[in-house]
Amino acid sequence: MKLGAERGKLVLKFDDEPLILGENLPIRPGHNSPGRLERVLRSGGFAVTAEISPPDSADPREVYERAAVFDGVVDAMNATDGAGANCHMSSVGMCSLLTRRGYAMVMQVSCRDRNRIAIQGDVLGASAMGVSNVLCLTGDGVQVGDHPEAKPVFDLDCMAALSMLRNMRDNHCFMSGREITSPPKVFLGAVANPFAPPLDYRPLRLAKKITAGAQFIQTQYCYDIKVFEHYMKEVRREGLHEEVFILPGVGPLASARTAQWIRSNVPGVHIPDAVINRLKNAKDQTEEGIRICVEMIQMLKEIEGIHGVHIMAYRHEHRVAEVVERSGVLEDRVPWHPGLAVAPMEESPIHERLGTVNP
Amino acid sequence: MRHWSVCHSRQLKKIYEVIERLLTRLYPVISKFGYERAEIPVFAVEKTIKGLLLDSQNCGQCIVGSTGMSCPRNCPKLLRNGPCGGVRTDGMCEVLPAMTCVWVLAWQGNKQMTDTEYPIQVVQPAIDNRLRGSSAWLREVRRRAGETGLEI
Repeated sequence: MKLGAERGKLVLKFDDEPLILGENLPIRPGHNSPGRLERVLRSGGFAVTAEISPPDSADPREVYERAAVFDGVVDAMNATDGAGANCHMSSVGMCSLLTRRGYAMVMQVSCRDRNRIAIQGDVLGASAMGVSNVLCLTGDGVQVGDHPEAKPVFDLDCMAALSMLRNMRDNHCFMSGREITSPPKVFLGAVANPFAPPLDYRPLRLAKKITAGAQFIQTQYCYDIKVFEHYMKEVRREGLHEEVFILPGVGPLASARTAQWIRSNVPGVHIPDAVINRLKNAKDQTEEGIRICVEMIQMLKEIEGIHGVHIMAYRHEHRVAEVVERSGVLEDRVPWHPGLAVAPMEESPIHERLGTVNP
Repeated sequence: MRHWSVCHSRQLKKIYEVIERLLTRLYPVISKFGYERAEIPVFAVEKTIKGLLLDSQNCGQCIVGSTGMSCPRNCPKLLRNGPCGGVRTDGMCEVLPAMTCVWVLAWQGNKQMTDTEYPIQVVQPAIDNRLRGSSAWLREVRRRAGETGLEI
């Protein structure tokens, strides 16, 4: 890994950067994917990922616009797969468009909407389009989304999906045993919710996901540092932090009312009263929400066994750059983004957003 | 009843092991009688007992021995490998708020069953949908009989 100094900020470039925009990196020995996220994590960097929410539209420009707000701020973007059981552009479509531009994508695969035949086909297609990271998750129940009358599939659970994809990658065959001539070269991710009951089982569940094939973990929103610290203590006791990269989830809360709504309507999100009260008593609740998020990232970074953060700022994506900048977790590093490959640094919009240390 | 079964998971497992050993010994007779023909009465008994005790959904690949006697087919998301992230703070199901999470019970049952190694940690493969409505007991007995070298 090489950090090239550019006007005070350091742009993350690897020695073997591809010459053609949209091409992946070569796969290093011991790595599974040609992606930037695996490179950053394996080289010991503190990775930043963010959730990009797919539009309710068939216009690729909307996708590019949504991606551009993360330029120079994140190491990879997660394209959600029918988040909250609502219908949006597919994660395969999002990833296909954005990987063509060179963005590092994490394709989310929910077990709610597709069976094993569809998932395997999608992952082959996605890998062919340059997707290097696939994240398996169970998915919210259809009852919370905009199509509660839909048939939930749940042919596989996330563990079965993980082991199926690992088998495709490592043993070059479908679940049926039929051969795959060129396997999908993907870094496998999973999710964890350290805040949902049974709390004492959650670290063991993480261990099980690692056994099933998970290489990185992104967690549910973390607003309760005490619970998370306890979880991480158990994770370290089992030595799991050495077997998997852990990126806790964070996100700014817009107001006390939003926080309360999320707490009672979004499954699995635990927001302690203290956080809601802090928002309630603040003069500018949105600003306070950002401050809470920044502080959370800084606290999380200090925990042993944490390898990055995953920012989910639904409808507040434009604030992510500010959150990352204020948290200081990237230090002097600017994650690579396609703008760097096509425009000289002076013209890159990155500086307007991030500012420079030594102009 | 599901709660009772989970609380008595250790005893239920012991009883099942006795039945399984008995059936395994009887397997040469069952085999002569014909597997398909024997499956009809065995499945009827199995369905009744497991239906009563576990609310079993008869998937034909029973894993309640590793889920603390909580039938995972009762999970609305049909999970076979542990709780999803949507479990409510009070331990109730995300999809059916009136039902205690199947996996909260499974974990409780697991702790009752053993003190050290938790069978819940075994990664269960995806379900074979063709086996629904067949006897899991008899299939297991056939496997065991094969292992012990009994004539099949």
